[in-house]
Amino acid sequence: MGAYFSEIFLGLKSLFIGLGITFKEFFKPVVTVAYPYQTIKMSERYRGHIELIEDEEGNPKCVVCGMCERGCPSGCISLASESVEYEVEVKGEMKTKKKKVLTKYDLNFTTCSLCGQCVESCNFGAIKFSKEYNLASSRKEDFHFDLLNRLKERNS
Amino acid sequence: MSLTILNALVAVVAAIAFAALNAAYLVWAERRGAGRIQRRPGPNVNGPLGLLQPPADGIKLMTKQLMIPGGADKALFMVAPVLAMAPAITSFVTVPFSDTIVAHSMNIGVLMIFAFASLGGMAILLAGWGSRNKYGVMASVRAVSQNISYEVPMLITVITIVMMSGTMNLKELVGAQAGGIWNWNIVPSLSSPLMPVSFLIFFICSLAETNRAPFDLGEAESELVAGFHTEYGSMGFGLFFMGEYANIVIGASLITILFLGGWDCPLGLFPGVWWFLLKIYLLIFSFIWIRWTFPRTTIYGLLNLSWKILIPISLFNLLLTAGLLKVF
Repeated sequence: MGAYFSEIFLGLKSLFIGLGITFKEFFKPVVTVAYPYQTIKMSERYRGHIELIEDEEGNPKCVVCGMCERGCPSGCISLASESVEYEVEVKGEMKTKKKKVLTKYDLNFTTCSLCGQCVESCNFGAIKFSKEYNLASSRKEDFHFDLLNRLKERNS
Repeated sequence: MSLTILNALVAVVAAIAFAALNAAYLVWAERRGAGRIQRRPGPNVNGPLGLLQPPADGIKLMTKQLMIPGGADKALFMVAPVLAMAPAITSFVTVPFSDTIVAHSMNIGVLMIFAFASLGGMAILLAGWGSRNKYGVMASVRAVSQNISYEVPMLITVITIVMMSGTMNLKELVGAQAGGIWNWNIVPSLSSPLMPVSFLIFFICSLAETNRAPFDLGEAESELVAGFHTEYGSMGFGLFFMGEYANIVIGASLITILFLGGWDCPLGLFPGVWWFLLKIYLLIFSFIWIRWTFPRTTIYGLLNLSWKILIPISLFNLLLTAGLLKVF
């Protein structure tokens, strides 16, 4: 008989403790982020798709060595370049030199697994992870990124 | 004669309007309350604080097609939602909101409300049976066994109150408690020292009678899809929904009238309809609060609670009160 009443009493007490907890939660501020209207800052280590890093003049730092293209396990990076002649002053006289200039940096994001091998293998610090995540689309063409173009758009 | 017909019409329209408005905005309050307890805003897009959400929901429900599943019993299927809504609205006829605001004061008001409340179980049974859905049938069997077992302690508690007041008229029941909080039935008196326990029993029973969580076994969505209204869409579902919330208002009104002194002010000053409304909305808030705090019980736990705990205690209280009334 005693066990019967103590069970009722303890059960009732636990119910009131539960009610107390939810009552306290009722007056705490809401934690919802109203997403399209509000956004939170992405964390430092967030991995979006890769993007090119620019030098001081706004050109890509990339020297088209092709290490990222070769290191990519999914084969989703394709580069193209052209040789450009330029003049430098060496010991008082002008000399013409050649260098490679990036003309195309395509990222096929549909197959990219965000492993980061490209960023890892880049010796010139020319690519990094972006913080972009609003990438929803119903067409797969929207995920073939022209990173050079994106860099230009970012600068303009 | 024409005046009495007009009076009746006004009363009916007012009762329907009150029930419908409450049903619509209690859904909003429920969702906002659930949101606050779970620390999210709840519906907040349509209108200020989401206050235009109920009309939007209503329009959506009313413009949808009413589907009748193949093989269903058409007559029962169509009657059930009406049977869920109509008794709830009818019960408002005898609920006294204040000394003067009552559609029809009856000498058997308590009895009438309980008679109509038991029709609600019938509606659930017909809905589950008529829709020819196994989940519906299981849910309605559960809901009926729940309603039957919780009506027993509820009525025993009401008998205790009626014995003390000597009347079944809701208005006179409130009149007997007039004059401040110490006269209310919830406060233990010499003739019935267990009144707070009775209040708790009645409160639990009205939660179960209105199929509210944690006793919402009739629509246990994790196991029975949507329970007895699985096959209902459109306004059929809307009527069940409105009936449920109208029943909640009736339940809160009954608790207020039987235990909390109706329209009486706690300090014995300025009695009026606002006290009644304040009390019922506080009770409804606690219904919402309880719903979003506790998980659903099992059907065994539910029936055990009624037959092993609530009925013995309420019976003991009835006998104790009867004896003490004889002594004092």
